[in-house]
Amino acid sequence: MISIQNLTKKYSEIKALDKVSFEIRNGEVLGFLGPNGAGKSTAMKIITGFLAPTEGTVKVNDLDVVDNSFLIRKKVGYLPETNPLYTDMKVYEYLNFVAQARQIPKSERKKATKRMIDICGLSDMAEKIIDQLSKGYRQRVGLAQAMIHDPDILVMDEPTSGLDPNQIVEIRDLIKKIGEKKTIILSTHILPEVTATCSRVVIINNGKIVAQGTSDELTAGAKGKEIIYIKIRGDKGIIRQRLNEYYQVKNVKEYTGEGKDIHAFAVEVAEGNGRELVYKACVSNNWILLEMYRKQENLEDVFRRLTTKEE
Amino acid sequence: MNLKLVKESISNIYPIFKREFISFFNSPIAYIFVAVFLIATNWLFFSGFFLIGQANMRSWFGLVSWLFLFLAPAITMRSWADEKKSGTIEFLLTLPIRDFEVVLAKFLSCLAFLIIVLTFSLTIPITIGSLGDIDTGIVIAGYVGVILMGAMYLSLGLFISSLTRNQVVAFLISLAVLFSLFIIGSNNVLVFLQGPFASLASFLSTTTHFNSIIKGIFDSRDIIYYLSFTALFLYLNSQIIGSRNWR
Repeated sequence: MISIQNLTKKYSEIKALDKVSFEIRNGEVLGFLGPNGAGKSTAMKIITGFLAPTEGTVKVNDLDVVDNSFLIRKKVGYLPETNPLYTDMKVYEYLNFVAQARQIPKSERKKATKRMIDICGLSDMAEKIIDQLSKGYRQRVGLAQAMIHDPDILVMDEPTSGLDPNQIVEIRDLIKKIGEKKTIILSTHILPEVTATCSRVVIINNGKIVAQGTSDELTAGAKGKEIIYIKIRGDKGIIRQRLNEYYQVKNVKEYTGEGKDIHAFAVEVAEGNGRELVYKACVSNNWILLEMYRKQENLEDVFRRLTTKEE
Repeated sequence: MNLKLVKESISNIYPIFKREFISFFNSPIAYIFVAVFLIATNWLFFSGFFLIGQANMRSWFGLVSWLFLFLAPAITMRSWADEKKSGTIEFLLTLPIRDFEVVLAKFLSCLAFLIIVLTFSLTIPITIGSLGDIDTGIVIAGYVGVILMGAMYLSLGLFISSLTRNQVVAFLISLAVLFSLFIIGSNNVLVFLQGPFASLASFLSTTTHFNSIIKGIFDSRDIIYYLSFTALFLYLNSQIIGSRNWR
């Protein structure tokens, strides 16, 4: 289990992370979500022991990552955001070097290298110099590098960035396959990726956690709030006033209607059935309802609402 | 217990050492520098050798001490700077390998490369030996001196490379610092200094120590000078690498 407590990281005076706390259970695939510059990479650099936090602690199985960096690094595989590779080496040479640096015994090194080449679909590229590989293949080499020592914990900073749609699906499947046995933290700003691969999500913005839970929980948290979009023929002032009288209605926002008499509103209903409520209001007031549809928040809306400043 | 730790360190250092060492030969810069070094020293040495007509290598070692000012920074300039620029440092320092082990691995690979370059120069003592009577002891002393001096230059170059992400900057600053250390012991500088400053400058300068070694005088102070400065720069280097963990 990885437990992160009050994690703060300052770069000179700028706070990249501000009192972030969360936990990652064993066997979980945690999606770390946030806009660019939210602090995702910084958090990952701290978890992998590349940087030390300014304040707060990260503990892996109750061991502090700063004090026990050496031990923990053995258990962690890390794919940094920039996917740095020694580009003057051949693919198998590089993987063999990583295996050796990871202290895989000589007798198993070849096997481990071969296994990663197979899993990551690199068999045609094994003899090539990394410099000559396309971005997608380089990303696979990066993944192979991170997994070659069969780590318990896998930290991947935007593993699918720069890949084409087919490759993204392949890498996702790969992550899912590995994720059955390992604890994985992956960062991304691509939302469908989270729904596709992660069992839990932490959304971070400006160095702070703004939401966490399963992707269902996050969208369900907003489910109580329905927004009903309606278009009604009638008197604008009265419609607004009457709608506001219902205690379930939290907010009535007007938006561009059609011409003189037809007015458009977005009605935010906090509880109960919003559509029925609107219908009954129309009937009892003799308004003519021209259009009505309901919108529930999906993960994308949640993300956008949480990570953009209101007005 | 201690032996086990040493063994572990060696098995941590070896793969990095090997990779670094091989990567010298993956880049054309290495070949260019070796060629320039060997051609320059051979040419300059032999053009004076037959005029003087003495069967010794003292002037060659003198030349080497000059050329090392360029050769050592050229070997070390990319070592850390490149690693920082390409981001591979993030990979390297999240491996289960201690900072000082990475520093040592890089230092040893540079030193090994330097020794390989020096091996190619062995044609000179062999040639001289076939022409006249050469004092083998002094030649060996000279080579030991060159390697000690080289080790210090490389450790300084590595330290400076760890301060920047630009190879050219690393090269130029290393060159400037080495050059300063080189000239402060020369008579041209010493005449301007007085009493304790003069002796301090001549103690700090690499020239003073090197000159006594190539004369064949093995003074423990000279050896300690090179070894302790090498150790100092390696220590500073691992402190800089560790500084990412300062809170």
